[in-house]
Amino acid sequence: MTLVFYVASAIALLSTIMVVTRYNAVHALLYLVVSLISIALIFFVLGAPFIALLEVIIYAGAIMVLFLFVIMMLNLGEIAVQKEKEWLPKQMWIGPGILSGILFVLIVYTLLQGEQQWAIVEMIGPAEVGAELFGPYIIGIQLAGLMLLAGLIVATLLSKRVKFKEKTEKENK
Amino acid sequence: MTSVAMEYGLLLAALLFALGLVGIMLRRNLIFVLLSLEIMLNAAGLAFIVAGARWASADGQVMFMFILAVAAAEVAVGLALILQHYRRYNTLDADYASKMRG
Repeated sequence: MTLVFYVASAIALLSTIMVVTRYNAVHALLYLVVSLISIALIFFVLGAPFIALLEVIIYAGAIMVLFLFVIMMLNLGEIAVQKEKEWLPKQMWIGPGILSGILFVLIVYTLLQGEQQWAIVEMIGPAEVGAELFGPYIIGIQLAGLMLLAGLIVATLLSKRVKFKEKTEKENK
Repeated sequence: MTSVAMEYGLLLAALLFALGLVGIMLRRNLIFVLLSLEIMLNAAGLAFIVAGARWASADGQVMFMFILAVAAAEVAVGLALILQHYRRYNTLDADYASKMRG
């Protein structure tokens, strides 16, 4: 299982370097998803299966899709279809595809090991995390809820269309 | 074996954090700045998980969930700000933000 850890770490580093060096935001997002999934595999090997699931569902799922939506929104009104063709040329799939393929082989290898040898350390399941979360850390849960509510309000307020003065428009042209 | 894994896990977290920092400092595109911020938050979470695994306690995972909540709120607010920036200046260049005068 240490082998899985090292290979997943290598993939995480490689794809993160690709994220930082891409010119195109959508390509960077693809590599970032690969990076997040490989880190999820590391969490799994480190005995945190619940967090691994959350990483895939919330980070690689929800947050990355939010990014994608905004990138698509920013280019609304331009020649959208042609733009999208430029964004995703066929050879673009090769890099993330190979890395995801290696990750897939890794997770199949992990699952074939049998239940006892998944983690290189002691496994801590959702039950223990939940007991801790809603026991001593209950105040943190409430604060996190408040913060998410505040984030929701601010995001709603900020994303409203406001009319700018003509002056600022002219300044930019 | 666990101590070796912990050292490499912390090393990986540090490297990912450094990559995110490099991204923030080098890129001018606001989307990439926010992506690099995500990388840094994720690296911090990885450090928590590694430490939690080392001492076989659930606290690290609890902290990761808080980091997840922070990341979600930060992304929502940050993307709304990017949208406003784009509507105002028609560019994602972070340098244009210095044109803002309250």
